[in-house]
Amino acid sequence: MKPKSYYEASARERMAAFLDPGSFQEFLPPTDRVSSPHLRQLDQPGAFDDGILVGSGRLAGHPVLAAAQEGVFMGGAVGEVHGAKLVGLLERTLVTRPAAVILLLETGGVRLHEANAGLVAVSEVMHAVLAVRVAGIPVLVLDGGQFGCFGGMGIVAALCDAVVMSEEGRLGLSGPEVIEASRGVEEFDSRDRALVWRTVGGKHRYLLGEATRLVEDTVPAFREAAIGLLGTLPVFGLEDLEAEHARLQGRLERFGDCRESFEIWTRLGIEDPQALPLLETSAFLAQVGGKRG
Amino acid sequence: MESLTFEYRGGVPIESPRIPVIAGVVGSGNLEILLEAEGPADHCTIVVVTAAAGFGAIWQAVMDDFVARHKPGGVRLSINDVGATPAVVSLRLEQAWDAFQGGSA
Amino acid sequence: MDAHTLLDRLFPTGHAVASEDTYFHGSGTCRGATVVVLGTSEEVEIGVELALAMARDVLDVIKTAPRRPILLLVATSGQRLSRRDEMLGIHAYLAHLAKTIDLAKRRGHPVVSLVWSRAVSGGFLSTGLLADLCFALPEAEIGVMNLPAMSRITKIPLERLESLSLTSPVFAPGVENYLRMGAIEAIWQGDLEAHLDAAFRLPSDRERRRALGEVRGGRQLARSVAERVRSHERG
Repeated sequence: MKPKSYYEASARERMAAFLDPGSFQEFLPPTDRVSSPHLRQLDQPGAFDDGILVGSGRLAGHPVLAAAQEGVFMGGAVGEVHGAKLVGLLERTLVTRPAAVILLLETGGVRLHEANAGLVAVSEVMHAVLAVRVAGIPVLVLDGGQFGCFGGMGIVAALCDAVVMSEEGRLGLSGPEVIEASRGVEEFDSRDRALVWRTVGGKHRYLLGEATRLVEDTVPAFREAAIGLLGTLPVFGLEDLEAEHARLQGRLERFGDCRESFEIWTRLGIEDPQALPLLETSAFLAQVGGKRG
Repeated sequence: MESLTFEYRGGVPIESPRIPVIAGVVGSGNLEILLEAEGPADHCTIVVVTAAAGFGAIWQAVMDDFVARHKPGGVRLSINDVGATPAVVSLRLEQAWDAFQGGSA
Repeated sequence: MDAHTLLDRLFPTGHAVASEDTYFHGSGTCRGATVVVLGTSEEVEIGVELALAMARDVLDVIKTAPRRPILLLVATSGQRLSRRDEMLGIHAYLAHLAKTIDLAKRRGHPVVSLVWSRAVSGGFLSTGLLADLCFALPEAEIGVMNLPAMSRITKIPLERLESLSLTSPVFAPGVENYLRMGAIEAIWQGDLEAHLDAAFRLPSDRERRRALGEVRGGRQLARSVAERVRSHERG
């Protein structure tokens, strides 16, 4: 049987196939009906899990905590309850000390129907991720869903220890539609799929060094990558942040005048950059080798 | 938005205990169904919250059909819908029922 | 109010902050204590260059002025909306800025923020909301999106949003709404120097905002839901 596409799977299907079989124990499952109290007044049906499942399980035998956002429900956007489930899961880590926290993110960011509660919730997620890392527990992000990972949750992803992406994944701050809506189609044509993917997609994020691993679009591929990252040790003291600063400063000096990702890929020394978007993941990885920003 | 409740009697009591099942996702043209063992042994209660108001008669027909086929007793179905077609509703109901019986969703 | 006036009111006994630019930094004296000031004005958009410049200054404060209090003066219309910034990974630049502010707190710098103009979305998340405690002036505007834009995207009629916003603090922009969310500790009126002096001596912890949100009725579930997940017995 063909392995399940991560891109096409629901959050529940991903979680079940990602963790060791049968190991997932959900906290506040749908039967608890912990839904958003704010959607009904705006004529929007809620979901019994408010679009995120959180719980504990095992990954290659190691105890982990994990969360998965459901992109189909309101674009995976973060509301009060959705965000609080994620915050609670992260803070639980400080008590139960699992081997890692794994976040299967698929989200447009803050849920507009409860924008204020959502923004504050994302801020609390940021605080919690940082606290978990300070406690020495790695936080890993998987990003390969249909809605990508944007808004404040894009910042959250970059706060974590590692990001695993597929070519199909997208990662950024303002989504292409948001930029087009406020700055015009000349700034960013959100319907130009090739442009979108080479600007915010998995391959480009891997080449910049923002995605730690690039994997095929299957749940087992994400699982294998996450298992390989389980030993990641969170480090971000002053020296680590100075190193990160130098890296980001260097990126700006090297690529700050580029208008197109192709220019960045050329400057990275990659041969035939125009061919990269068409390559299968394994061929892509072979082609780029160690040439990353 | 509309809330609809359907009550049926004379169902065949399910064998307990049963693990609750969730099928589908709340998204455009789709719905989620939560199936739980609950209530009197021959009752089936169905609560629907739907974004599309005014389709009560169609929901009634789809639910009548489902209940006639499976005769669920001691069961509660809770549904959140965003304009799924009757065909999609029936498909999700069958998936949920199948999983509830111990099959795969 | 312009940045000069704000600084004069916060630090009547003196400050050394050059505020010609939309990003300014320096120091002020508050009741005899030196306070680091990092601020923006004119509702600047935070792009990759500005995020990096602010992060540089935070790192330098950590190195050169251990444990000195930091005041963030927030005025931002949000993150810079540009394809080029997205291509370069603006999310990572804002995350880097967030990490430096977090590091400062862990190294013993009390960090307080004051929203004195606008504070929007990503620009607010990566600056003011990272502080131990966040305050606002009454004329400040805080939010994610104005109601007409929200109406276009959610396809909910504007009149509906406007009428609901009179009773619900949960989606419409407004400093009072963020007070009720628990994100803004208090609104400062009158003697700003006295408020600032007191702010650096107030206790704070990670759970304070959701506790305040519950007490003030803006977020009635955030605290309890997080607590239920954190202390869940299984797993």
